[in-house]
Amino acid sequence: MSSRPPTGSRSARDLERYAALFSARATSTRSSAMRDLMALTAQPQVISLAGGLPDMSVFPAEVLAKVTSQVAAEASARALQYGPTEGLDDVREAIAHVMAAEGMTNVEADDILVTTGGQQVIDLVCRTLVDPGDVIIAEAPTYPGAVPCFGSFEADVVQIAMDADGMRVDELEETLDRLEREGRRPKFIYTIPTFHNPGGVTMSLPRRKRLVEVARERELLVLEDNPYGLLRYEGDPLPTLYSLDGGAFVIYLGTFSKILSAGIRVGWAVAPGPVYQKLNIGKQAADLCSSSLSQLFVATYFRSGLWAEQLTRFKEVYRRRRDVMLDALAEFFGPEAAWTRPEGGLFLWATLPDYIDTTDLLARALEDDVAFVPGRAAYLDGRGGSSMRLNFSGVTEDDIREGVRRIGKVVREQVELYGTLTGSAGGAAQAPPAPAAGSEGALADVVPLPRRAGDDRARGSR
Amino acid sequence: MSRIAVLKGGRSLERHVSLRSGQRVEDALRRLGHEVTGIDVGTNLVGRLQELRPDLAFIALHGREGEDGTVQELLELLGVPYTGSGPSACAQCWDKVLAKHLMRDRGIPTPDFYAFSEAAFKDLGAAEALPAIEERLAFPIVVKPARGGSALGVKFASTAAQVPGALIAAFSYDRKVLLERHVAGHDLAVSIVDGRALPVVEAVPNDEAFYDFEARYEIGRTTFVCPARLSDEDAARAQQLALDAWSLFGCRGFARVDLMRDAQTGELTVLEVNAVPGLTDTSLLPQAADEAGLGFDDLVARLVELASAPTPA
Repeated sequence: MSSRPPTGSRSARDLERYAALFSARATSTRSSAMRDLMALTAQPQVISLAGGLPDMSVFPAEVLAKVTSQVAAEASARALQYGPTEGLDDVREAIAHVMAAEGMTNVEADDILVTTGGQQVIDLVCRTLVDPGDVIIAEAPTYPGAVPCFGSFEADVVQIAMDADGMRVDELEETLDRLEREGRRPKFIYTIPTFHNPGGVTMSLPRRKRLVEVARERELLVLEDNPYGLLRYEGDPLPTLYSLDGGAFVIYLGTFSKILSAGIRVGWAVAPGPVYQKLNIGKQAADLCSSSLSQLFVATYFRSGLWAEQLTRFKEVYRRRRDVMLDALAEFFGPEAAWTRPEGGLFLWATLPDYIDTTDLLARALEDDVAFVPGRAAYLDGRGGSSMRLNFSGVTEDDIREGVRRIGKVVREQVELYGTLTGSAGGAAQAPPAPAAGSEGALADVVPLPRRAGDDRARGSR
Repeated sequence: MSRIAVLKGGRSLERHVSLRSGQRVEDALRRLGHEVTGIDVGTNLVGRLQELRPDLAFIALHGREGEDGTVQELLELLGVPYTGSGPSACAQCWDKVLAKHLMRDRGIPTPDFYAFSEAAFKDLGAAEALPAIEERLAFPIVVKPARGGSALGVKFASTAAQVPGALIAAFSYDRKVLLERHVAGHDLAVSIVDGRALPVVEAVPNDEAFYDFEARYEIGRTTFVCPARLSDEDAARAQQLALDAWSLFGCRGFARVDLMRDAQTGELTVLEVNAVPGLTDTSLLPQAADEAGLGFDDLVARLVELASAPTPA
């Protein structure tokens, strides 16, 4: 008879015994009602705007077949073997090539650490820099996928508000001053400056320059997470923090997940020498090396020269989907809601009147077979309760429109109900606050992102 | 050895919890030597059951599908014996408003409450009555969906300004909600197996102001004290109230009755009866059974036995 330890005949006392063995890190890892709700979003009848998925059906199957057989023919034994921890030279050259396409021309293959997806870089950077209780600075909201990682290292995450121009660097500086007064030194600043997930906004050039200066002045590391930079649908590209800084205080995180394939799990880091060494040692401990098969796939694919064309294909599809989503929001979401207008990437961030809790709204929306990510997932301090992240890359145009229509319907129901309950006309008066005073006129229609209650310092300065 | 279908999953918000209960039950049944098929309940349920022709269905299905009596009704129709309470008991327990009315009528103490449908606010101007309710119940007020488990959508309103938001949250889960007097005190659960009350479990949240959905299912977030830190009289009284509620609703097999003990007055009140209590590794009923010397496999065996026994006419 087979026995299955994970769900065996544990009595309550046995369970307590396991619980006593859990590390402090594991106990501080939060699961949530949200995770249980999110489990429902994966059901086939649900239109899920909750995912963060690229649409891999845009990638031609015959290319996958061709590249895979080429790898088999040319490098079968290597593909099936362990590789060096820092990655195969073939793929590091491809990475240098991709970084050059984003204006980072001085990167050598040797500067690159190949990782198992971009997510591993976040893990390795935490491993390298964070002791329990150390401060990590992140944006508010921040990438929901980073939250459990920060939590597992028992970091104290301090979140800095964003507006239409990305992280409020003025607030960052004030916060750094405050932390210094309190004798706490942040280890690194985690940011997604371009097409923020989940915020949908992009950090302006002046703020990028200032952020890099701040990092230099204070000798702080910045982890620049840039999965979406090449997915720009309009406007001019901005220099990455890495290129502004020259790699002195910026750790760069890149990934093939959004420009080639999420399933091959290949990402990379570029970091200042001593940090690189520690990341490398951390990676040895984590998984020895990333999949050689995946790396050779990437290398072979890039040698074929097809990638630029494929990138264009992704961009065309996602740009149309973004436009469909923006149009649908304007049509179905009503005057009480506000949302960001991303120039690229996969997500936008919508904010509803503060009396609507988007976690509860998700439960209601699931009744109508539609899902989104409740905003609270992107905060560590309970904020974001009235916001939601919407993804437009992984769903067809028809489904985007229908999904937004369904969410809009339940939002309108709740707005009307609130009007009935409070005797107000319907909630237009409850619209979110006007954009931060400092936003330029052209950006005035872009929403400010929620800030800590009572935090009204320094409005308008940047 | 019997052929047993374990019904689990489904489409309710408690799907995840149900899958955990179901998996654990399946493992126990296999160890007990039964032929087990897990069924993730969906649109093909009746077809699956007709094809499988099980000797018994073990209902580990939480949320609306498993607890409102629908699945029980279907199983009766198909002539498949099943664990736990019948359709009528399930339907009464599932609707907290109905259950509270019945308990109040029968003299089983339950915290004061007022219930409203969405239509009452939309069509009858019930919002006008909110100040009177707030005055009678006094803040903080607990606002919860009439139907639903696991504390989803349950909110505290500490001021009148918070009531509309709390109502909207509760209405996200159900068309009917209740506003209930908040009892500050001990959160107790009395599990009943075959008409016998098990030791009282007390749930002490470690870091939450409120014993919420998250804390309930997460190891390390809640400390369960069993037997609860109560005087013998209080424990006996809590068990008696639980048994009164069990009899009132006509429960069968097993159930879990949630109660509160007012820290100030010592008054015990019944919040609700769960006709399909959780059987996960953090659930309260298995813990109480364990305290009573009934291990999980024994518990599962007993529930199967009770379901197989001919129902008294």
